[in-house]
Amino acid sequence: MTTVTEQPTTLKRGYVGQSLPRREDKRLVQGQGTFFDDVRRHGMGYVHFVRSPYAHARILSIDVAKALELDGVYGTITGDEVAISTDPFFEMSVEPGGLIEDYALAVGRTRFMGEPVAAVCAATRELARDAADLVEVEYERLPALVDGEEALKNEVVLHDDAGSNVVWSGVFSWGDVDQALAEADHVVKIERLHFHRFASTPLECAGALVEYDRGTQEWTIHCNHQMPGVGAIWMAPSLRVGIDKLRFVTQDIGGGFGNKICLHPQFVVLCLLARKLGRPVQWTEWRTDQHTANAHGNERTFLAVEVAVKADGEMTGFKVRAIDDCGAFPRYEPLGCIIWAQVTPGLYGWRNIQVDFTQVCTNKSPVSPNRGYSRMQHLWLTERIVDIVAAELGLDPVEVRKRNYVKAEQMPYETPNGCVYDSGDYAAALDLALDLIDYGSIEERRREAEGRGKLLGIGIGSTLDSGTNNFGQSTLLNPDLQFSGNNEAAAVKLDIFGEVVVTLGTVPQGQGHETTAAQVVADILGCPPEQVNVRRGHDTWFNTHAGFSGTYASQFAFTGLGAVKGAAELLREEMVQLAAFVLQAPEESIELAEGMARVKDGPEEAALPFMALGAIVNANNAFLPPDFNPTLNHRYVCRPYFGVVDTEKKTGQLTLTYATQIHAAVVEIDPDTGEVDIVDYAAVDDCGVRINPQIVEGQVHGATAHAIGAALSENFVYDEDGTLLTANFYDYHVPHALDMPPLKTGAMESPSPVAPLGAKGMGEGGGGGIHCLCAAIQDALRPAGKPIVYDSCNPPHRVWSMLRDPGSTRANVTVVST
Amino acid sequence: MGTQPASSLAVSVAVNGEQIEEEVPARRLLVHFLRDDLGLTGTHVGCDTGNCGACTVHLNGEPVKSCMLLTVQVDGAALTTIEGLAPDGELTPLQRAFNEHHALQCGYCTPGMLMSASALLERNPHPSEDEVRVALQGNICRCTGYVNIVEAVVAAGRGSA
Repeated sequence: MTTVTEQPTTLKRGYVGQSLPRREDKRLVQGQGTFFDDVRRHGMGYVHFVRSPYAHARILSIDVAKALELDGVYGTITGDEVAISTDPFFEMSVEPGGLIEDYALAVGRTRFMGEPVAAVCAATRELARDAADLVEVEYERLPALVDGEEALKNEVVLHDDAGSNVVWSGVFSWGDVDQALAEADHVVKIERLHFHRFASTPLECAGALVEYDRGTQEWTIHCNHQMPGVGAIWMAPSLRVGIDKLRFVTQDIGGGFGNKICLHPQFVVLCLLARKLGRPVQWTEWRTDQHTANAHGNERTFLAVEVAVKADGEMTGFKVRAIDDCGAFPRYEPLGCIIWAQVTPGLYGWRNIQVDFTQVCTNKSPVSPNRGYSRMQHLWLTERIVDIVAAELGLDPVEVRKRNYVKAEQMPYETPNGCVYDSGDYAAALDLALDLIDYGSIEERRREAEGRGKLLGIGIGSTLDSGTNNFGQSTLLNPDLQFSGNNEAAAVKLDIFGEVVVTLGTVPQGQGHETTAAQVVADILGCPPEQVNVRRGHDTWFNTHAGFSGTYASQFAFTGLGAVKGAAELLREEMVQLAAFVLQAPEESIELAEGMARVKDGPEEAALPFMALGAIVNANNAFLPPDFNPTLNHRYVCRPYFGVVDTEKKTGQLTLTYATQIHAAVVEIDPDTGEVDIVDYAAVDDCGVRINPQIVEGQVHGATAHAIGAALSENFVYDEDGTLLTANFYDYHVPHALDMPPLKTGAMESPSPVAPLGAKGMGEGGGGGIHCLCAAIQDALRPAGKPIVYDSCNPPHRVWSMLRDPGSTRANVTVVST
Repeated sequence: MGTQPASSLAVSVAVNGEQIEEEVPARRLLVHFLRDDLGLTGTHVGCDTGNCGACTVHLNGEPVKSCMLLTVQVDGAALTTIEGLAPDGELTPLQRAFNEHHALQCGYCTPGMLMSASALLERNPHPSEDEVRVALQGNICRCTGYVNIVEAVVAAGRGSA
């Protein structure tokens, strides 16, 4: 079912590079994982949010009296109380977005369907829900704004404080795009492309159990927040406390994909309730609430695209106007207005690029990072450009890619905006993908499908998964922000009986960090991975962590494992020193192997098991000289070097590693129904050194499934009143086992010259599946009047419409040739 | 006559071989009874609409979604939850296959997947890939794309886990 084609590699490997089965699995296959909703506390109350049924309304009054009368109801909280006892969350944007006031509950006005306006706490889940129904809220409806372009007119304004629906806007210009267009042989113009709203919708919804200690005035938050460091940065000032008052504890997390980064509003409400009611409070989000009011991916409309193309198919530049719709509040935004720039030219050699970027608010769910955050939207644009240019100019999509891809011999390659693509061979990865789908037989298969009344098409999606953010890029949005660089921490110690114990700053949600960190440490310390205990999850009090700790933005392989490696090396150095002292041998003669520190080629007795080293330092240290003080307990912060971004030119190294994905799909379309059937699919991933190839392949599968779901069905659809029509898994169809085609995967390894282990961050997949399916659908529909695929989501009804009316999509595109 | 509906009922149910007798609120969903009252937290909740299958348990040997049943409906029945799949801690071939084939990432859907898959293997010990996909269509996984899950179940059926 799965074909793995690997390029030969000359790298020397130990446990790193092996597909060790995951150590997390033993508990998880027995139902012994501990997820936040499994945590119980004596006397805890269950919280249910009262949510707005309207997309946009003034709140005239909230009456909680009837809810409070119900036996077993512990208490309530409303937006008015929140406005008194907290400050609005810190806004990252300059004006006008920076003027938006965002509180934990709606204050005076509700701006999206499902926005929490009050919360109730009661003895049981059922009672909390009943009581929430008894809260009487009087609304005065306001006109709803559900379209990003419409928002620019400011006829309806969501945030009076800002005075405009614009959060942030700016023009990015590198090279000279006007000259490139003037010198082009063909200018391909595309009026409008639309990247739709969807989310990875992790199977475990969000939530927390929050305890408040009156004596120390500290909160403990047992939760599934995937980026607690940043969560605390938002929450503490809002709660008017120091950051040390917030302790986040995560254990097993049921998927995140970025959707568990913006939980600070709900968590602030829980903190206030726990303090007000003097009891632990617990909230588990309902699925419908997650879809309605937690985290959508950024929706983006691309207007007035102009592409400069030479007669030989070389593309020299493009310009575009992008409107990004972040929903009602810019909660992680406007970072999405710059994150895309990590992959400005996609995989291509374009040197002249201009992007006029505007982000707006609408009466829809706020967005949050979503697997492939912001880059996916932009990469979809670059891939759509390539396939539309190819189709309009009669160029071969494979040839035009190979002609324009950045070449292997150009690596490391500096993009027009100063990012450095560290390594990769895009053309070779494309060849591998094409081999996997037997590209040579496509025309024959097309004819065969035609005979059965089906339209067959092939599509390619080329993407980059940029890993390890430089948070300095935020200064391109707001020069006053005091963020730059990145960091991650880990600690490794040798315990008294020789146990190697690792704590991570990262907050995994299924990525197998316990396994891969053990592989890295085992190689450095010369012991079996079974001897390495990597603690599960994150605990602000007990795990080491740094300001940007978390699992997001494809960076674990670089910063997470870089920190593990650094800490393990410090420990190793000390173990060698200690063994040399005890064995009275030179340090150079000591080796760590098989769980022992021993004299290389020495007699059998010249060896100390790890247990002896741990015991000497911890329990038997009187004979150590006063000037030798080993701790066998080391913390290391991986702080990659980025340099400072140039806010004038908007250039800089915005991220460090670039994993490559080339996806290729063959689809068959039923012209009567518009249904798309994926009949062949290959995903090639090159993320440098693979620490654990099986885990890497699992990430490729998962990212592909998300992309297939997004491309063919997953869509948060709003009606004109701002009511979400796809509010749960009934209407929001995610792929089931029967929807997934057989996947072929291929792997290449172009080690990163900059990463500590040669391993690049990976797992987000850049939406490769969306791009290749859009391309494949467009290719399949060619005989039906050459419609242009203009939307990233193509369920049967849209494909059917394109088949029936190709002309209206073609009106979107013009070619001016000189 | 104006009979008041009962707000709670006595329920007698065997869970993983242990007989439980409890007065249960009439409205309590089976999944909340298992998780909140019995502390069997291996059974998970992933949706509120019966779509995701994370809460799958065996009811008299048949896989059912425990969020779609009231506790009072299982009076007199025998239930098996994920905790009862390998009660002595020795993993079943299916559980081992999930580990060896990397059939789980976050592990949240896994208990439900295992309960659906083990019910399939019970009635069809050597399922084909297509049969596995059909049997698992009521279980959503957001991490794996199902590739390795299907592979693991087929392998367990082949005895090559």
